[in-house]
Amino acid sequence: MNSLYYQKKLSRNVGDKFFTSLSVFCALIAILPLIFVVTYILIKGGAQITPELFTLEPNPPGDDLDAGGINPALIGTLVITTIASIIAIPVGVGGGIYLAEYSKGGPFSKFIRFGVNVLAGVPSIIAGVFIYALIVSTKILFGSMYSGFAGGMALSILMLPTVIKTTDEGLKLVPNELRYASLGIGASMYTTILKITLPTAFRSIATGVVLGIARAAGETAPLIFTALFSYYYIVGFEDLFYEMGSLAVLIYNFALEPYDAQNKLAWAASFILVISILTVNIFSRIFAAFTEKTKRV
Amino acid sequence: MEEKLILFKNRKRFGIEKNIDIIFKNTTLVLSSLVAIVLFGIILVVFFQSFESFSRYGLNFLVTSEWNPVKDEYGAFTAIYGTLVTSLLSLLITIPLGVGTAIFITEDFVPKFVREIVGSFVELLAAIPSVVLGLWAIFVMEPFFREFFVFLHKFFGWIPLFSSEPAGRNSLLAIIILVVMLLPIVTSIARDSLNQVPKKLRNASYGIGASRWKTIFSVILPAALSGIMAGVLLALGRAMGETMAVTMIIGNSNVFSWSLLSPGYTISSMLANQFGEADGSQVSSLFYAAFVLMILSLVVNIFAQWLVKKFSLKY
Amino acid sequence: MIKNTKKSQKKNILSLEDVSISYGTFEAVRNVFLNFKAGDITSLIGPSGCGKSTVLRALNRMNDLIPNCSLKGTVLFDGTNIYDKRVDPVEVRRRIGMVFQQPNPFPKSIYENIAFGARINGFTGDMDELVESSLRKAAVWSECKDKLNDSGYSLSGGQQQRLCIARTIAIEPEIILMDEPCSALDPISTLKIEETMHELKKNYTIIIVTHNMQQALRVSDMTAFFNAVEYEDGDGGKVGYLAEFDSTKKIFNSPKEKTTQEYISGKFG
Ligand SMILES: Nc1ncnc2c1ncn2[C@@H]1O[C@H](COP(=O)(O)OP(=O)(O)O)[C@@H](O)[C@H]1O
Ligand SMILES: [Mg+2]
Repeated sequence: MNSLYYQKKLSRNVGDKFFTSLSVFCALIAILPLIFVVTYILIKGGAQITPELFTLEPNPPGDDLDAGGINPALIGTLVITTIASIIAIPVGVGGGIYLAEYSKGGPFSKFIRFGVNVLAGVPSIIAGVFIYALIVSTKILFGSMYSGFAGGMALSILMLPTVIKTTDEGLKLVPNELRYASLGIGASMYTTILKITLPTAFRSIATGVVLGIARAAGETAPLIFTALFSYYYIVGFEDLFYEMGSLAVLIYNFALEPYDAQNKLAWAASFILVISILTVNIFSRIFAAFTEKTKRV
Repeated sequence: MEEKLILFKNRKRFGIEKNIDIIFKNTTLVLSSLVAIVLFGIILVVFFQSFESFSRYGLNFLVTSEWNPVKDEYGAFTAIYGTLVTSLLSLLITIPLGVGTAIFITEDFVPKFVREIVGSFVELLAAIPSVVLGLWAIFVMEPFFREFFVFLHKFFGWIPLFSSEPAGRNSLLAIIILVVMLLPIVTSIARDSLNQVPKKLRNASYGIGASRWKTIFSVILPAALSGIMAGVLLALGRAMGETMAVTMIIGNSNVFSWSLLSPGYTISSMLANQFGEADGSQVSSLFYAAFVLMILSLVVNIFAQWLVKKFSLKY
Repeated sequence: MIKNTKKSQKKNILSLEDVSISYGTFEAVRNVFLNFKAGDITSLIGPSGCGKSTVLRALNRMNDLIPNCSLKGTVLFDGTNIYDKRVDPVEVRRRIGMVFQQPNPFPKSIYENIAFGARINGFTGDMDELVESSLRKAAVWSECKDKLNDSGYSLSGGQQQRLCIARTIAIEPEIILMDEPCSALDPISTLKIEETMHELKKNYTIIIVTHNMQQALRVSDMTAFFNAVEYEDGDGGKVGYLAEFDSTKKIFNSPKEKTTQEYISGKFG
C-alpha cells in the first residue's frame, strides 16, 4: 500500500478524529443552554403577555386567581437604570477621557486602570452591601431607607468600570494624527477632545455603554436590599426615595412563591427583560460589525 | 494688515479659555480618581462594618458552621465551603467544555458562518440575566435532572459527594447553572487567546508533519495557555461572587454536608437571603462574610491581571 | 524505492502537471508544468505576486491551511498524486518539509524545537545525537551548543532561521522547501545559510523561492522563472505562469524568453 495514503487506523488519525468529535460535542453543549433558555422564555413567558400586564400593579401573593401586572416593576427598572446611567456615564466617560487623553501610560493611569479591572471583578452583591451600609442603614437620603435612588447608585457602581473601559479603549483607537491636526491649528485640548476625538470614537463608546446599560438592567443582586421591592405604581418624583420594584427583583421574588399566578408573572417579566436585552445585544453586534466593515473600505 | 487681525478675534488665547482647559482636565482627573475612591470605599466600609463580628469571633468565624441568630452564634464555614466547592467544581467542568468550544470556533472543522453562529450564541448566553437563569433552573432544569440525581445517589452514594438523598434544590444544581454562566467567559477568552497565537507557529508545526491535534496540543494550546489561565481565573472570580441563580437553586441551608445532593449555601446566597431582614450582630457577621467574599474575589482577580501582564506579548 | 545508480541521470522526484491554483475565484497561477530532479537545488524566481509562494506551498499541501485555496492538475511525488483524495497531507509533509520566510521557532527550548518534530515522526534513536547532528548540518551548532535549554527565541534572526532549518532536517525529509528563507536576514547570516544549503545538497533535494537573483545564481542548479500577466478576460487582476525553466546557467546567460532577460537584467520586478 502506498505510504502516502491516508490510513484510518493509524493512531494519529484515530486520535485526530476523536478529538475533533469531542470539540464538536463541546460546541453543541455550549449552545444548548441558550436555545433552551430562550425557547422556554418565549413559550412560557410569551403566553402571559397581555395588555393588562403592562398597566396593572401586581397583586400580593396568596390571591391565586389573578396576579395582576408588572407596571411598577417595568417602570422601576427604567427609573433605576436611568439613575444608574445618569451617575455612571458622566463619571465613566470623564474618567476614560483622563486615562486616554491626558495621563496616557503614566503610573497614575496604570493604577486607575488596575482599579477599574478590580472594580469590574467585585461581586455585584458587594455593591449592594456597600450601598446598604452607606445609604440604606444610615438613612442619609432625607431619612429614607430602601429607595429606588439607592438601587440606582448600587447599579452605577457596576456600570462604572464598563463605561470607563469602553471610553478609554474607544479613545485609544483614535489615530494621533487627528489630535495633532487639531492641536496644530491652535485648538485647545478640551476643544480637541470634545469636538474631534470624542465624536470620532462616539460609535464604539456608545455601543459599549449601551451594552453596559443592558447588562445593568438585568442585575438583581445589588437591588434586593437597596431598592427592595414595591407593589405600587410609581406616580411622582418623591417615589424615588421609597422602596421601588424592578423586573429583576420581581422575577426573584415571584419565582420563589409557591403560587402559580406569581410564577407566571415571573415568566412574563423574564420574557420582557430577555427580549429587550437580547434585542439590544444583537443590534449593537450588527451595528459594530457594520461599523468595522465601513471602516476597512 | 489690521483688517486681517480683526477677522481672527480669538487669535490670542484669552485667560478664560485657558482656564476652561485647566478646569476640564482637572474635572476628568477627579472623575477618574473616583474609581479608586469607590474601590477603597467599598473595602473600608465593608471592613469596618464587619469589625464587631471580627473582634468577637476572629478567625474562628471561618471554620465553624454554627449560624444561629437566636443564640447569637455565627460561623460561616458552610457558606465558605459552599462558595469554594461550587465555584471550583463548576470551573472544573467548564474548562474543558469552554476550551473545546473555543477550539471548535477557531479551527476549521465546519464552515466559517457556522462557527460564527456558535460564537454569537455563546456570547448571547452571557447576556441572559442571572435571575432569569435562576427561574429557568427552578422550573425547567431541576425537574429535568431529578431522576438523574436519584440514579446518581443510588449507584454512587458511596462517594461522599453523592451520599445524601437528593434534595429538590441542592449544590449540584447550583454547580450546573454556574457552568452555564461561566461557559461564555471561558469560551470567549480562550477563543481570543487562541486567535492571538501567531499563524507562523501553526505553519511551523504543519510544515514538519505534525497532525492537527498534535499541533493544537503541543503548540497552539501551550502558546495560548497564559491567556486561557487568566480567563479561567476571571471565571473563578465570577463564580465565587455569582448570586442570584445560585441563591434560587442551591436550597440555602446552613447545615453542613459533604454531599452535593443536599441543600447548600454560598456566601453570596447567604447575603442575598439574610441581609434584608437581619439585625443586631447578625448584620456585622454578614458584613464579615461579605468581606471574606470580597477578599477571595480580589485575590483571584488581581492574580488574573498579573498573569495577563506577565505573559502577554511573548512573541 | 529503487535507487538510481547512474549519477548523471537524475530522476524526477516531484512533478507538476498542468497545475493551476486559485484563491476563491481569483486564479493566482495557471497551467504550470515543472519537474524537480532529485538531489538538485532548484530556485523559483520572479516578480513579487507572481505566485512563487503559492506554488511552493502547493508542493507539500501547506495551501490546505488557507481556507479558500484550491488546486487543479496533479502534483506527482514518488509516483503518487499528492492531491489524490486518499492521500494524507500529514504524511506528505513528513516527507517534504518546509522552511518559512519568517523564522518561526516554537516557543520551546532549542533542544525541544528539534526533538519535537523528530518525536512526532516516530524517531527512536539517540535524541541528543540527532539534535547535535541536525544543528551541525544547519551550521548553527557552535552558537547553540551551550544553550540548548534556552528558548528558541533567545537566538538572533539568522540563527533562528538556521534552527528552523535544523528542525526540518531532523525529520529527515526527502525534499526541503524554502520560501525566501533569507529575506528577513542580514548579509552574513544569508551567506551562512547558503553554505548550509550547499552542505544539505548532498543528502536532500531543495526547492527555494528567492527574491535575490545573486542567491539563485550562487546556490541553485536549476532555475524556474515565474511571471505574471494581466488576465485576458481583463478585470485588472494578474495571473502567474511559468515563463521559463532551465539550468541556472542558461537562465542567467542565455535565456530564451525576452521577459526573463528583462527580469534578470533588473528591468522590472
Ligand atoms: N492567502 C491568500 N488569499 C488570497 N490571495 C492570496 C493569498 N496568498 C497569496 N495570494 C495572491 O496570490 C498571488 C500570488 O501570491 P504569492 O504566491 O504570495 O506571490 P509571490 O510569493 O510570488 O510574491 C498574489 O496576487 C496574492 O495576492
Ligand atoms: Mg512570496
